[in-house]
Amino acid sequence: MLSKRIIPCLDVRNKIVTKGVKFQNNVDLGDPIEMAVNYSDGGCDELVFYDITASAERRSIDLEMVEEVARSIHIPFAVGGGISNLTDMYNVLLAGAEKVSVNSLAVHQPDIIAEGAKQFGSQCIVLGMDPVRVSKPECPSGYEITTRGFREFTGMDALDWAKKAQDLGVGEIVVNSVDADGTREGYELDLTGMIADAVQIPVVASGGAGTPQHLADVFEKSHADAAIIASMVHTGEYTVKQIKDDLIQAGIPIRKKW
Amino acid sequence: MITIIDYKAGNLTSVRLAFQAVDIEVKVSNDPAEILAAEKVVFPGVGAVGTAMSELQKGELGDAIRQSVAKKTPFLGICLGTQILLEYSEEDGGVETLGLIPGQVKRFQPKSKWDKVPEIGWNQVEFKIEHPVLSGIENGAEFYFVHSYYPATKYDENCYATTEYADATFSSIVGKENLIATQFHPERSGRIGLQLLKNFSNWSGQC
Repeated sequence: MLSKRIIPCLDVRNKIVTKGVKFQNNVDLGDPIEMAVNYSDGGCDELVFYDITASAERRSIDLEMVEEVARSIHIPFAVGGGISNLTDMYNVLLAGAEKVSVNSLAVHQPDIIAEGAKQFGSQCIVLGMDPVRVSKPECPSGYEITTRGFREFTGMDALDWAKKAQDLGVGEIVVNSVDADGTREGYELDLTGMIADAVQIPVVASGGAGTPQHLADVFEKSHADAAIIASMVHTGEYTVKQIKDDLIQAGIPIRKKW
Repeated sequence: MITIIDYKAGNLTSVRLAFQAVDIEVKVSNDPAEILAAEKVVFPGVGAVGTAMSELQKGELGDAIRQSVAKKTPFLGICLGTQILLEYSEEDGGVETLGLIPGQVKRFQPKSKWDKVPEIGWNQVEFKIEHPVLSGIENGAEFYFVHSYYPATKYDENCYATTEYADATFSSIVGKENLIATQFHPERSGRIGLQLLKNFSNWSGQC
């Protein structure tokens, strides 16, 4: 049986891992390579790195870091932030990343998904989306897509966008709830479940994890295929193994040996 | 020395780095002569079968692969590289592949709406045989998979391991004599995957 994946997320700014609440008030946490090796040795199933200032600073992703990660760990990892064209995608994959995550770029140029999928395979292309709860007629699902780290509202409905991205050929979707991000009060279950229910590709829940129970909830109630965690492990409050032990107890399929 | 075939369809970097992580020397090559002369060959791959096959046929790589296998060079296929070793794939409207192992490559059909395709993640691999390349790896160990299509061998003797997903119990490791090929990615499967690659580097090609 396929295991549910647990994916620590490393937000990187100037080669340092950082974490904020709702994309603000970031604090520095440590060296991305060291943290990646620790998480990989500790049993995480995958990792994701976001170069969080690349997009806002309109520069390309830090390829040196991607190469260093690829030399240091031998589990899958995705890289996002600062991808602005097919060449950037190619460079990130060539540097050794398993997947490239697009967010703002895909909103502004949706065809990049189709082009990337055609050239590198759907499995390499991850759509990251940052939906926020709204009450607007143009967003019937109740969630609007934001970009550039919650700085811009797009007027796009989150559910429509997920379906469109699937049709364009994206391999999986990371649903990062802006409202839940960094709160540690649990994933936004309705939002995750709504999107997981509407698409045939894997959905990764993101934003809000604070306890192992939150992961159990999003796997069982929202049918997420994977869950991103950050603060709860970055602060040292939980290890990946502790989370996994709890989920195994709860009867959720989890990779037990590594 | 292990030679990794470069046919522009590759998870080349991660395969190369994984071998290097366990101190095994590798060379990446798209030269048919070099591949034919290689001591051991790895045939990686991600992406779509149609593009990959036309790339193989354009050069003489397809022939080099056939001859390399025929002269009993220890040969490891990975993911798309594995699928291409069978006879036919349903992908891209149906594509004839190299035909080195009898069988076909089929698309997963979801049994429920929660069976997402592609299969992405870690799944259990149940060994059907003992094999030097699997030595020291626990039966039922989990490896990392990313795929929408799966190998279905014609004969049980070519199915070295099975894995369950969606509607299928599929051949997650296939093989024949000096040839062994995995649907999963050993280069992305952590310590256990590195063990498999290390075993391959020590394998004489005999079962």
